[in-house]
Amino acid sequence: MQTILEIRNLSKTYGNLKAVDGISFKIPAGICFGLLGPNGAGKTTTIEMIEGITKPSSGEIFYKGKLIDNQFSQEAGIQFQSTALMDFVTVREILKLFTSFYEKTLPIEQLARQCNLDSFLDQYATKLSGGQRQRLLLALALINDPQILFLDEPTTGLDPQARRHFWQLIESIKQQGKTIVLTTHYMDEAEALCDHLVIVDQGNIIEQGSPQQLLGRHFDTICIQLDDTEISRLPSGIAVSVQQINDQIQIETDRLEQTLSKLIEAGVNLSSLRIRNRTLEDLFLKLTGSQLRETLQEAL
Amino acid sequence: MKKTLSLFQARNREFIRDKASLSWNLVFPLLMIIGFVFAFSDDNKPLFKVGYLEPAITNSETTKPAHDPVSYPLKHPHIQWIPFADLKTGITRVKHHQIDLMIELKTAPRYWINTNSRQGVFLEQLLLDAGISTTLKQPVTGKAVRYIDWVIPGILGMNIMFGGLFGVGYVIVRYRKNGVLKRLQATPVNAFQFLTAQVASRLIIVVGIAIIIFIGCDIFLDFMMLGSYIDLLFIATLGSMCLISIGLLAASRTDSEELAGGLLNALSWPMMFLSGVWFSLEGAHPAMKHLADWLPLTHMVTAAREIMINGTELGQLTTEIWILSAMTLFFLSLAAVLFRWNRN
Repeated sequence: MQTILEIRNLSKTYGNLKAVDGISFKIPAGICFGLLGPNGAGKTTTIEMIEGITKPSSGEIFYKGKLIDNQFSQEAGIQFQSTALMDFVTVREILKLFTSFYEKTLPIEQLARQCNLDSFLDQYATKLSGGQRQRLLLALALINDPQILFLDEPTTGLDPQARRHFWQLIESIKQQGKTIVLTTHYMDEAEALCDHLVIVDQGNIIEQGSPQQLLGRHFDTICIQLDDTEISRLPSGIAVSVQQINDQIQIETDRLEQTLSKLIEAGVNLSSLRIRNRTLEDLFLKLTGSQLRETLQEAL
Repeated sequence: MKKTLSLFQARNREFIRDKASLSWNLVFPLLMIIGFVFAFSDDNKPLFKVGYLEPAITNSETTKPAHDPVSYPLKHPHIQWIPFADLKTGITRVKHHQIDLMIELKTAPRYWINTNSRQGVFLEQLLLDAGISTTLKQPVTGKAVRYIDWVIPGILGMNIMFGGLFGVGYVIVRYRKNGVLKRLQATPVNAFQFLTAQVASRLIIVVGIAIIIFIGCDIFLDFMMLGSYIDLLFIATLGSMCLISIGLLAASRTDSEELAGGLLNALSWPMMFLSGVWFSLEGAHPAMKHLADWLPLTHMVTAAREIMINGTELGQLTTEIWILSAMTLFFLSLAAVLFRWNRN
């Protein structure tokens, strides 16, 4: 697959702080590329250097094999996490305004249909709900029919229904063959949408690959969860590891049937039992050592 | 051009649809003028104003003043002595009742009074009582310049100043703070296109509002306008450009509305008091006059006043025009160099 974007030894330093420390990666055309990491990991700085918002301290960015130049902004679509729009300007007028910035644009009607904006085209952009607003920002990012689309935390703050709706929109964009670069705190989002992931922490890449490759590489166990009231009854030597997380016991095992038999024999109450496969959230916690929910709360 | 025009239209829409801001921009100067009409409608001011020709600094005996104003017969606490660098300016002031008498401080002085001015006639009588020959009397006539005629150019200038400084400054800081600038930076729009649109939009708004206020005041107050409307529009536009460029400069880097507000206040308040908006700087301390010369509003108000009250043409206002043009170019260039899209 042809590489659309390549990053070589990209660094950004603020005083003594190295926000991004010489990272390199390639993004093949037509995939959804996920950039994950806890707060302060350097993912937003990396994305903003690619977008031209922040000047790199060192390193090179290649777009379609050439050093990035002004033409990139004509072919890239960008959605920031938090963007205010002008006051007292309607959705239609904002779309029209952004249309004037680009050489090649999509018709406003087509964008409105694709992003479900029809019902509020003549409302002021500042009066929209969270979901409507994110769909408008996505429409602005798509207005130049971009070849590469950057989405920075696009569903943060949305309710579950609006998130699912947004995922469908991103899926439909993927099906058009566009390259998507997604940063997110939601591991279920990354798992559902991304074909390839790069996990960064403290300015460095700590892991990369497809979600399946990463899970296969780091986990060969299944996770059993029980209420912590049963902790005193747990027999020894039943699993690879046993951890208490909040009010839950988490048992990691590579022999599920054997472990369950031992729990039954020991008279453990299994009414609260849950068995689940490993997720990207487990991987994220394992690799970054951070509590994701805390990270999320900080971000919100 | 297309990008700049679209940004210009968007900014205009934003301003026009913000009813609260628009009405305040129109109503505030009108309220201020009405207030001042009432406050200064009393023509019986206790102070007499006597102009005199400021002597040139030379060793020649012939040009030395025969008398110092403080020891002249008209010395009195209620008489203010105002020096003029040339006779013509002083005589014009007498014509328009802005001073009551103009006198040369020589042994056999000539003096000018407006025969229609009660104060002038009164002062002449004091001169006669002091033994000055009436054959040296130089009568002039002219329409009286009321305080309202004199203050209107200042108030229009002040309105342009606030509109230019705060109108563009606050908007850019707000755009930077809430991420509008960051979003625009991610598009093919460059800083020059964005700033041009902001300047053009604010220029149209500021000058447009000044025209509306001018017409409104003229209907209600019938103030003096002796010069060319086109010349006045030119000066208003040039002055607006200069003040807008200062607003751009103040907002070029910060994302703090408090800091921007402080900066803009620090720029606007000295101009309001030292640029001759409310009172004439004739007779003021030289240091104050020097400071006033560095303020763009001084030159805009001086030029506008010259056009409105004295009917002066643009060709005679080259000093003010050059100063305003140079200041505009300097501030605009500096603002463009320092401009930053981002908060960081």
